[in-house]
Amino acid sequence: MRKHLLSIDDVSADDAATLFATAAEMHDVQRRQVKKLPALRGRTVINLFFEDSTRTRSSFEIAGKWLSADTINITGKGSSASKGESLRDTVLTIAAMGVDALVMRHPASGAALQVSQWVDAAVLNAGDGTHEHPSQALLDAYTLQQRLGSLEGRHVAVVGDLTHSRVFRSNVKLLTKLGAQVTVVAPPTLMPSGVGAWSAAAGFATSYDLDEVLPKADAVMMLRVQRERMSGGYFPSAREYTVGYGLTRDRLRLLGPDVPICHPGPMNRGLEIAADAADAAQSVVLDQVSAGVAVRMAILYHLLAGEETD
Amino acid sequence: MTVQPAQPGAQPPEGRVVLDARDIARALTRIAHEILERNKGAGELVLLGIPSRGVPLARRIASRIRDVEGVEVPVGALDVTMYRDDLRRHPARSPQPTDVPPGGVDGRTVVLVDDVLYSGRTVRSALDALNDLGRPDVVRLAVLVDRGHRELPIRADHVGKNLPSARTERVMVRLDELDDVEGVWIS
Repeated sequence: MRKHLLSIDDVSADDAATLFATAAEMHDVQRRQVKKLPALRGRTVINLFFEDSTRTRSSFEIAGKWLSADTINITGKGSSASKGESLRDTVLTIAAMGVDALVMRHPASGAALQVSQWVDAAVLNAGDGTHEHPSQALLDAYTLQQRLGSLEGRHVAVVGDLTHSRVFRSNVKLLTKLGAQVTVVAPPTLMPSGVGAWSAAAGFATSYDLDEVLPKADAVMMLRVQRERMSGGYFPSAREYTVGYGLTRDRLRLLGPDVPICHPGPMNRGLEIAADAADAAQSVVLDQVSAGVAVRMAILYHLLAGEETD
Repeated sequence: MTVQPAQPGAQPPEGRVVLDARDIARALTRIAHEILERNKGAGELVLLGIPSRGVPLARRIASRIRDVEGVEVPVGALDVTMYRDDLRRHPARSPQPTDVPPGGVDGRTVVLVDDVLYSGRTVRSALDALNDLGRPDVVRLAVLVDRGHRELPIRADHVGKNLPSARTERVMVRLDELDDVEGVWIS
């Protein structure tokens, strides 16, 4: 793995296998009474979040703490950014304090890459605009691999607001890299422009018909309808979206009983996922959260524990 | 990111044979007897092997204890990767499984088992790792080979073979379970 984790492009299939093996050991540590390993003692990890987040930020924080790193949270609101400081100045200020890693979420696509060119610290992209969210993709793939064994040849349906989804972009890259057959499903208005050329090059399928895709799926990944990124007009009403693309009680019957249902959260219950599906025995939503800590421990460990390489 | 070193396969390593398969078998039998004698039986014993080669050694010692005492001693694995003091000097290594037997280690007599005792740093890491898992009554150390050159005040309680060596020499332990070849070589 490289110095930074900016995109799934930084992670080879071998890297992913190494991370998953480490994550599996970290998962065991989560069940111990003393959930603490000394591997990152004396290292400092800063979570710099310019967008709201519950699980990503807290799981990176817990992951860092369990590895004995000092972790500090800075949010956009309440930091000098709200006084008008530029991103560059904020980041250089933090870097000048001597940090080893910056975990960053920012509404602008490419922000993490930009920051990685300004600082010496390792930069972990925890979501940049509509571009990528690599740690989420890694924890999703890890969760699915725990359930399905290998992802090789397994059929994964990724459903929802693809246009605005960084989770979708990272996930498609990683899942295809790990040999899964991916079909992405969205209403035409939420299918990203240029997806045709990308799907042809990367080898995944696109569909507008969820009912046709679900019976073939070995796993389903529901994505959140991102109302905060929409300026309206993508679909006539919430009800209409649910009828066409929500994982409703009726659609749940199209899935095999052991087909895992993922959702990166936060869920809009009743919109893209019905409570029956979210709380079904085959839902792995909470497994994803606990895997999130283990996978992020693995990422921090492999990025920070080894010798300095430049 | 490191890739685990390739399995050496069935090829024996270069160098002089120090212990062959039968020597190893005899050494482990003696260690098993020593552990029992020291512990006055198999009561409260837990054997924890340090990955990778300490684990099969711990299993073999446990099977010898079963032959002698008819008692099944709990065997586990204790990974020390994340506790090493030289993490920053190498590319990050992947941790190996830690597997604590169901009874835990609290109040037990834990015997750590490793293949080679050299600087003592692995054992120090193991003591730290053990500390996070619980509080054994007694911790002892059994090794197949003690090659000297300690850098810390650590000694083994049970030694298969004392092997005087130069720092420049390499000591290689190969076990059937992991390597498809058995013996200890020095080169």
